[in-house]
Amino acid sequence: MMKEELETTNRPDNTAFTQQRLPAWQPMLSAGIVIPGFVLIGLAFIGIGVALFITSQNITVLEKDYTGVETTSDCYKCSNPSDKNCTCKLEFSLSNLFEGPVFFYYGLSNYFQSQRSYGASKDEYQLSGDLDYFKTPISACSPYQYDANQNPIVPCGSLANSMFNDTFKLYQIVNGTKKLVPFDGKGIAWWTDYNIKYRNPSVTPLKNAFNGTVKPSFWSKPAYELDTSDPSNNGFVNQDFLVWMRRAALPDFRKLYRRITEGDYARGLPAGNYSLEIAYSIFHYNMYRYMEMSISQWACVKGCRLKSL
Amino acid sequence: MLRRRLNRLFGRDERRVDSRTIYVGHRPCPATDAFIPPKFCDNRIVSSKYTVWNFLPKNLFEQFRRIANFYFLIIFLVQVIVDTPTSPVTSGLPLFFVITVTAIKQGYEDWLRHKADNEVNKYLVTVLEDGRRTRKESEKIKVGDVVEVVEDETFPCDLILLQSSREDETCFVTTASLDGESNHKTHYTVPDTEKGLESLSATVECEQPQPDLYKFVGRMHIYKNDQEPAVRSLGPENLLLKGATLKNTQKIYGVAVYSGMETKMALNYQGKSQKRSVVEKSINAFLLVYLCILVSKALVCTTLKYVWQSQPGQEEPWYNQKTQKEKDANLYLNMFTDFLSFMVLFNFIIPVSMYVTVEMQKFLGSFFISWDKDFFDPEIQEGALVNTSDLNEELGQVEYVFTDKTGTLTQNSMEFIECCIDGFQYKNRDSSTELDGFCVTDGPVSMLQQKAGREEEELFLRALCLCHTVQVKESTGQEDGVGDQVDGVLGLDGEMVHPAELRGFIASSPDEVALVKGAMKYGFTFLGMESKNMRVMNRDKDVETYELLHVLNFDPVRRRMSVIVRSNCGDIMLFCKGADSSIFPRVRQEEVDRISMHVERNATEGYRTLCVAYKLLSSEEYAQADAGLREARLALDDREEKLMAVYNQVETGMSLIGATAVEDRLQEEAAETMEALQRAGMKVWVLTGDKMETAKSTCYACRLFQRGTELLELTVRTLEDGGRRREERLHEVLLDYHKRAVQDPPPVKTRVTRSWTSAKQDYGFIIDGATLSLVFNSSPDSSHYKSLFLQICQNCTTVLCCRMAPLQKAQIVNMVKNSKGSPITLSIGDGANDVSMILEAHIGIGIKGKEGRQAVRNSDYAIPKLKHLKKLLLGHGHLYYVRIAHLVQYFFYKNLCFILPQFLYQFFCGSSQQPLYDAAYLTMYNICFTSMPILAYSLLEQHICMEVLMSNATLYRDVAKNAMLRWSPFLYWTLLGVYQGLLFFFGVRFLFSNPALQDNGQVFGNWSYGTIVFTVLVFTVTLKLAMDTRHWTWINHFVIWGSLAFYMVFSFFWGGIIWPFLRQQRLYFVFANMLRSVSAWLVIILLILLSLLPEILLLVLRKPRWPHSRQKKPLVQSGEGETQSSARPLLMRTFSDESNTIL
Repeated sequence: MMKEELETTNRPDNTAFTQQRLPAWQPMLSAGIVIPGFVLIGLAFIGIGVALFITSQNITVLEKDYTGVETTSDCYKCSNPSDKNCTCKLEFSLSNLFEGPVFFYYGLSNYFQSQRSYGASKDEYQLSGDLDYFKTPISACSPYQYDANQNPIVPCGSLANSMFNDTFKLYQIVNGTKKLVPFDGKGIAWWTDYNIKYRNPSVTPLKNAFNGTVKPSFWSKPAYELDTSDPSNNGFVNQDFLVWMRRAALPDFRKLYRRITEGDYARGLPAGNYSLEIAYSIFHYNMYRYMEMSISQWACVKGCRLKSL
Repeated sequence: MLRRRLNRLFGRDERRVDSRTIYVGHRPCPATDAFIPPKFCDNRIVSSKYTVWNFLPKNLFEQFRRIANFYFLIIFLVQVIVDTPTSPVTSGLPLFFVITVTAIKQGYEDWLRHKADNEVNKYLVTVLEDGRRTRKESEKIKVGDVVEVVEDETFPCDLILLQSSREDETCFVTTASLDGESNHKTHYTVPDTEKGLESLSATVECEQPQPDLYKFVGRMHIYKNDQEPAVRSLGPENLLLKGATLKNTQKIYGVAVYSGMETKMALNYQGKSQKRSVVEKSINAFLLVYLCILVSKALVCTTLKYVWQSQPGQEEPWYNQKTQKEKDANLYLNMFTDFLSFMVLFNFIIPVSMYVTVEMQKFLGSFFISWDKDFFDPEIQEGALVNTSDLNEELGQVEYVFTDKTGTLTQNSMEFIECCIDGFQYKNRDSSTELDGFCVTDGPVSMLQQKAGREEEELFLRALCLCHTVQVKESTGQEDGVGDQVDGVLGLDGEMVHPAELRGFIASSPDEVALVKGAMKYGFTFLGMESKNMRVMNRDKDVETYELLHVLNFDPVRRRMSVIVRSNCGDIMLFCKGADSSIFPRVRQEEVDRISMHVERNATEGYRTLCVAYKLLSSEEYAQADAGLREARLALDDREEKLMAVYNQVETGMSLIGATAVEDRLQEEAAETMEALQRAGMKVWVLTGDKMETAKSTCYACRLFQRGTELLELTVRTLEDGGRRREERLHEVLLDYHKRAVQDPPPVKTRVTRSWTSAKQDYGFIIDGATLSLVFNSSPDSSHYKSLFLQICQNCTTVLCCRMAPLQKAQIVNMVKNSKGSPITLSIGDGANDVSMILEAHIGIGIKGKEGRQAVRNSDYAIPKLKHLKKLLLGHGHLYYVRIAHLVQYFFYKNLCFILPQFLYQFFCGSSQQPLYDAAYLTMYNICFTSMPILAYSLLEQHICMEVLMSNATLYRDVAKNAMLRWSPFLYWTLLGVYQGLLFFFGVRFLFSNPALQDNGQVFGNWSYGTIVFTVLVFTVTLKLAMDTRHWTWINHFVIWGSLAFYMVFSFFWGGIIWPFLRQQRLYFVFANMLRSVSAWLVIILLILLSLLPEILLLVLRKPRWPHSRQKKPLVQSGEGETQSSARPLLMRTFSDESNTIL
C-alpha cells in the first residue's frame, strides 16, 4: 500500500469506500422470510386487538345532547338567544355502576377551533404575563384588541373571547333528594400549560395587574375572578381557560370538563337516577353542544364507545 | 456546433474589414501617406466572469434565470407580501442556503480565474521600443510591438517570427498547452528581416483573428530605402501562438499581430455548451405534473372555501369575527390572496432540496468514477477523468455507440509489417534474422524466392526515408544534441552504435515513424535535418544528403503527401506517398496491376497500406512547379484552393515503386468490450477516416461483424455498377436494402450459434464518406434517402462508416441523435478528428491516447483505454441510472405524502390555510429528516453488485430507454404517495374521534394531530427507503437509523424548551405528551405497517426483479454461457468475408 503510494500520486486510493466495496449486508427478502415475519406481526396485532376488544366491553359512554333543538327537551327553552342565564335540566338513570374514574367532557360540533385566523387571534406574550402586552395587545387579536373606548382587552383575541363557559352540576337523586356529585377540576389541563407556558403577571393581588384593561366582551367575569373559590385557579392559569386555549384539531371536538374522583363517587357512579343542571351562558346558532361521560380507558378508540342511554 | 460558432465568427469578420494592417514597431512606412495608428484591443486576457462590483447582481441574476430558483423566489416573495400561513423563513431559508452555496462556489471559481488571468497579464516581458529593450507587463503589449522571448518562456501574444537566435532561422515550439501535442514544431522566420530590427520598416497585412489554430494567411511588405517593397508570404509556420512555449532556441524576436482576447488561444477558449441529461428532462416533466397538482389543490381549496363560506353563518362565525378592514376588502382580491396562500401552503410538494440533492449526488457520485482503480492505467499513470458530473446516469442509457477506429479500437502504435517493392513482397516476420539478412552486403534476402532489383529496392527505401515530416528528437540541452549527432557520425565508422536507439522520432502521425523505422530495418536510416538538407545513411553506411525543396503537405482530401528534393548529383526528385485510391489514378496502369493485389490483401488483413510513387523532375518542370507553389503560397485569398490546384498539377505522371503495410494492433480487450456492449443492447457504429477494407477487417477482429453477419455495402464501388447515374443507383440500392433489412426480416435461421442474441439475422451496414454525402445532400428528396438510410441502419447491429471527414462523423451522430425516439448516443475517440463527434453526442468520451489531448479536453469523460468503457457503462452507468431514477421518484413520492395530509386538513379547518405541521417540521422535513438516507442511497446503492453487472451485460437492457423514469413507474410512486397520505390523515383522524387519548383524560389539540401525522410520515418514508435498499453499508445504517433518531431527539428538544426567539410555543411538550399516550403509540405503529403493506406484498409476491441480484453465487452459473464465446480466438481471419458481402 505504502509502496504503491510512493510509486505514484495519481493512482486512486485503494480503499473500500472509494472502490465502492464497503462491506454490505444485502437483505434477501424472499417469501420464505417475509411471510413468517408477516404472520408473526399479524399475530401480535391480533393479540392486541383481542385485548382491546375485551377491555372495551366494559367501557360505557354516556352522551347527551343539550343543544335544545328538539321541543321535547328541557333545554328547548334555552334555545332562545335573548334569554341569558338560562338553566335547564337533563335527567337520566344508570342501571349499573358506571365504573370510575369518570371523565366528564363537554363537546361542540360544527365549531372550527382549527381556523387559522381564530387560532392566531391571541397574544402569547400577554398570556405569559408580560405587562407590556396588557396595554398594547398584538394586532392579531383584532377585532378583540381594544374595546370601543380603546381600552385594551385582556386576554385579547377571538379564542379567549369565545371561551366555553356553560356550567354543569350533576346530582344523584337519592330518595327524592338531590345529592351533589363532586367534580374535580384540578389537572384537567396539561401540566406544562398550567405551570410553564401560561403565566399570570407577578403582581399581587392579581386584580391590580388588570387595571386599565377590560374583560373580553363575551365574558361575564373578568379573568382574575374566574374561580372565586381557588385563588390559584384564576387569571391565565385557570384550568378551564387552559383547556379551551388548546385548540381542537377537528370541528367536532370534546374537551375535558371535570373528573369525578372524590368521595362516594371515587369508584364510579352507582346505579340510580341522576339530574344534570346546565347553566347556559351564551347560545349561538349553528353549533351543537353535548356532554359526554366516559371512564378512563387506555387506548380507547371510537369503536369501543357505546352510545347507550 | 463548433462549426456554427466559427461561421458566426467569420461572418462577423467579413462584415468588417477583411484584413488588418500592422506597422512593425509602430514605425510609419514610406508607402502610406498618413500614418494612422490602428486601434486594436489590448493584450489583457479576461477569462473571469465577474468583478467585485458586479458579482452580486450578475450572479444573482444568473442563478434566478434557472426556472426552479425563480419559482422558489416567487413563492418566497408571495410569503413576504401576502398574509400567509407559514412564515417566509420556511421557504426563504432553504432558498437562501442554496443561493449562497452556489454563489460561494462560483465566486471561488471566478477568483481562481482572476488569479490565473493576473498571472498571465502581469507577467513581465521584454519589448523593443525605439531600439531600447524595456520590460513591460504582458497586458500592456500593443499590436505592432516587437517582443523578445527567451527559451522556455511562453509567447505573450500571437507573434510573427522576425528573428531567431538559431542559425537556420528557425525556432522550435511546443504547443502542449494548446492542442496537447508535445512534439517540437519548427517555425520559420520571415526571410529578409533578419538584419537590424531597429531599422526595419515593414507592414504586416493579415486576416482578421479567427480561432483555427492551424490556419493563418498574411503578407509582409518590407521597405528598404526607396526600393520597391519586398513582399513575403506569411503562413502558420511563421506565426507563434500565445500559449505555446519556445524550446531549443535561445531567444527570438517577433511582432505582435493578435493580442489579448483576439489571440487564437483566447478565441479557442470558449466554454463547451452545457449538456443536459435525459433524466433532467424527466424531472422537468414530473415537475410539471406536480405543479399542476399544486395549482389544482390550491384552486380546489379556494373554491371550497368560498362555497363553504356562502352558507349562512359560516363566513363569519360568532366566535371569529372579522375586523373592519377585512370586511371592506374586495372579494376577488381576497380570493386571489387566498389562492396564493394555498399555493404557499402546498409549495413544499416541489422542494428546493431536490435540486440540491440531485446536484450533490451527481457531483459526489462522479468522484467514484475518478477514484475507480480499475480505470487506472499504469502505462500513462493516470486514471479516469470526469469533466462533467451532469451525465453520470446517462451512461446507463446509451443506445448508440459511435467509435473511432484508429487509436480507439486499435492501439495506434504502428508497426511496420511488410512492404512490396515493384510487385515483390518483403516480409519481415522474424526481425532479427531479417535485419541481419539485409545488412549483409552481398544483397538482400527476401522471404520469397523472387526479389526486386537492387536499384528499385534502394529507391523505395530512399523514398521512405525522405518522404515524411518526421523530426529527430533532440535532447533538451544543446550539448546533448550535438553529442547525439557525434554518436551518429561515429556510427558511420562501423561502431556498434545504433542511432535510432539513442534518438526518437517525432511526427504528427505514428505511421510516419513506423515507416521511417521500417526503412531503418532495411538499412536506410534517416539522420535528421541540417538546415535545409535531409541526411540519410544508406546501407553502405554512407551519408547521403538531399536538399529539401518543397513539402507538399498531407491533407485528408488529397490523402497523400509529397516532397521535392534535390540529390547530390543535382537530380530533382519528387517522392509521393498516399492512399492507394489517391495514388493509383496518378501512375501507370501496368504498375498498378502488379501492386494492387498486395495492397488489397494487406488491407483485408487489417493493415494500413500506403503506396509510394516517385517522379524525376526536369529543371524546366521544377522551375514551373516552384513558381506555381511560391505564387500560391503568397496568395491572400483562396490560398488553400490555389495550393491544391498546384499540388494536383505537380503530382501527376509518377511511377509507382511500392507499397507498405503497417499494422495497427487492436486495443486490449477491444473485442470483449464491443461484444459486451452489443449484448447490452447497444448498437455500435464505427466511424473512421480509414479505408473500407482495413476498417472492415478491424470490425471482424473486434467481433462487431460476426461470421453470420450479412453485410450490406453502400460505397462508391457498389454505386458505380451498371454505369448508370449514381443517384438512381443509390435509390435502387437503398430500396433493396430497406426491403431486405427492414420490411421483411428473413425467417429464423436454424444454425444459430450465439446463445445470447435472438435468432434474428444480423446485418452489418457499410457506407463510405462519398456515398454518405450523396445520401445527405444529393437531391430535393434527400430527406427520403436519409430516412431510408436511417431505418436500414437502425435494423443493423453494426454500422461501419469509412472514409469519414470529422464533420461527417458529427453529421451522422446528429442524424441518429435527432431520429425518432431520440436515442442516447455516445461517441468515443482519441484524436482531434473525433472532437466534433464527441461534442455532438450526448456523451463524449475521450481516450487518453497518443494523438494529443484534444479529444480528452473536449470530452465529458476520459478513460485511459477502450476496455474501461465496459465498466463505465455497464457498471457505473447502470448503477448511477438506477440510483438517480430512484432518487427522483422517491423525492416526488415523499413530498406528495407529506403535503397530502396538509391538503386534506383544509377540509377540517374551514379551508383557512391552517398548516397541519409546525413550521419547524415543514422546513426541516426535506432538509434534515429525510434527506440524508436518500443521498446515501443514491451514492452507495448497488442493487446488483458490480461484478454481476459486468459479467451479465444483458442486465443493461433492463434499464434501457429510461425504464425507471417513465410514466408507469411514476404513476406507481404517485399512487403509493396518495395511498399513504390518505392513510396517515384519516388514520389519525380516526384516533382523534376519541377524546381521552391520555389516561388522565386530558385532550390533544391540533398540533398533536399534526405531530402524530408527521411522526408516522417520517418513519414510513424512511422505512420505505430502507426496504428499497439492497446494499446496506454502515453508512446506510448510520444515516437511516440516525435520521430517525435525530427526528426523535430534535422533536424532544424543539418541544422541550421555551425558545426565546419564538412568539408562539406551539409545540411545547406536544411530542412528549404524544409519547405518553398508549393509543397514539399503537396507531403510529399500525399506520406505519399499513402504509408499507402494499410494498411488502409486492416485494414478496413479485418475482425477483433482478435475476442475479443478490449473491455472487449465481454469477458463476450465468457466466457459463458466455465463457464459451469469449474463448473464441481473437482474430478470425480464416473465413472469406467476400462470401458474405452482397454486391
